Amino acid sequence: MNPAFSVILLTTLTGTSQGLFLAMFGAHLMHALNMPSIDPGSDFYIAGTVVSLLLAGGGLVASFFHLGRPERAWRTATMWRTSWLSREVIVLPAFMGSVALYGLGHLLDWAPQAVLAIGAAGAFFAVALFICTGMIYACLKFLQEWATPLTVVNYLVLGCASGVTLASASAAFSAASLTPAFTLAAVALTLLGLATRSASLIRNSRIRHRSTLQSAIGIHHPRIVQKSQGLMGGSFNTREFFHHRTLAFLRSVKWTFLLLAFILPLPLLAFGALNASAPLLCLAFVIQYIGLLAERWYFFAQANHPQNLYYQTIS
Amino acid sequence: MTQMALVIDLNVCVGCQACVTSCKSWNTSGTAGALADLRPYDEDPTGTFFNRVQTFEVGSYPNTETVHFPKSCLHCEEPPCVPVCPTGASYKREEDGIVLVDYDKCIGCKYCSWACPYGARELDMERKEMTKCTLCVDRIYNEDLPERDRKPACVLACPTSARLFGDVHDPESVVSTAIRERGGYQLMPEWATQPANHYLPRRKTEISIRPDQIMRTDNPRKVDGLQPKPDASSPALDDAASW
Repeated sequence: MNPAFSVILLTTLTGTSQGLFLAMFGAHLMHALNMPSIDPGSDFYIAGTVVSLLLAGGGLVASFFHLGRPERAWRTATMWRTSWLSREVIVLPAFMGSVALYGLGHLLDWAPQAVLAIGAAGAFFAVALFICTGMIYACLKFLQEWATPLTVVNYLVLGCASGVTLASASAAFSAASLTPAFTLAAVALTLLGLATRSASLIRNSRIRHRSTLQSAIGIHHPRIVQKSQGLMGGSFNTREFFHHRTLAFLRSVKWTFLLLAFILPLPLLAFGALNASAPLLCLAFVIQYIGLLAERWYFFAQANHPQNLYYQTIS
Repeated sequence: MTQMALVIDLNVCVGCQACVTSCKSWNTSGTAGALADLRPYDEDPTGTFFNRVQTFEVGSYPNTETVHFPKSCLHCEEPPCVPVCPTGASYKREEDGIVLVDYDKCIGCKYCSWACPYGARELDMERKEMTKCTLCVDRIYNEDLPERDRKPACVLACPTSARLFGDVHDPESVVSTAIRERGGYQLMPEWATQPANHYLPRRKTEISIRPDQIMRTDNPRKVDGLQPKPDASSPALDDAASW
């Protein structure tokens, strides 16, 4: 597929937003259940809510650039019975609404149980949104690189990893006592992400595509060569489904994202936590986020759409 | 249930592109709006087409065959592009099984094109809506046209009658007969999309002459001055007296 920058931004920004909110709510829940934890105070929650809303809002704005007819976007909520994209469109505002209410509850000192209940709803929507986003890709069975539960797992784990990294940076500013716990969680999630993303990379490198030129045109001969694709100047089919880059470029993006999203953030998180250094933790987040942009680009570029079988030779 | 479809005969398609131009001509002139046709005479022309003819070479020299392969929406019976549409713009008609896009509902998110393994859908660059073959739904029921013209534009344009049009659920229809008798097949059967459109394979070209055509058993004009022999199936003296 040809990666669309709008979708890359949408999935990475909302993923971070969801992860950040889950981290915040996790800390809140631990405190509410009287588990050994520290109350970070409402400033931390309000700041986190604002950042989470800004990220999700940014993702929402980016998503409109993917649409040909954004003025009709309201119609997308109608087919939730069959379409994961429609479900995502419903769950994203529900998540943002819950986050906004959660922040408002902290700001206006609403009853603790009410705020906790709103947070639980937000956490539910955050996880549901990860599932919807992942399933948009995982449900397309002939895009074999995507049609695996690992796709959903990766969206969940990578979103949580970047969100919790951001939470540790945010805690370094307004709730330093929480930083070690968040950093530990961020390191664990980053390592988990490295494992699950590597698993999908290994799976995809061994994939055997079920569609062949033979099944695409129904002629079962071992040697078929395309002589013309019926057009010479390019079409939607030649633009939308192929990244137009070399294999070497793809490979370099792969190693770049493995380095930036998983390897480099680890020492930065460790040093940042040990020295309680907010700039180091921020740097860890920025580097991981850039890595995730590359990861998402690669996720799209690697998917090999069977329609490309029909577009091998111009003329 | 009716399922309208095209059956395309690869044995006689000559790759003349008449169906391509006829399709574009009809569908860019309709009430649904024009189809993009950008820089048609410049270096980098591009545009929206519902139907394209591709060419493949099968085999190795000197035993090769050139196969021209018309390609359009296959109007699947299990269309994967329909359930993924978030707005319901992409739908399959109950009454005749045609897969259509309600252009007024389409938001141009391209998700249906990702969900089609055949690449049958194209986002129009100017309208920013997903477009696709409609089986000329505005022709085939159009009572303003004479009845013989109520067929898709590509079918009418084909000079070799390589495109048949009809109901594949009616076992007596011309398309069902062709599929049954000539080994019609579907594309990419591995994804269980059950395309309604079928393709008829290449056939071996053989000379078939029956003995009676050489023996001239029936020669009513007697141009050779001989009496006609009895035809091969009627009894003759030889049958009784083979000894």
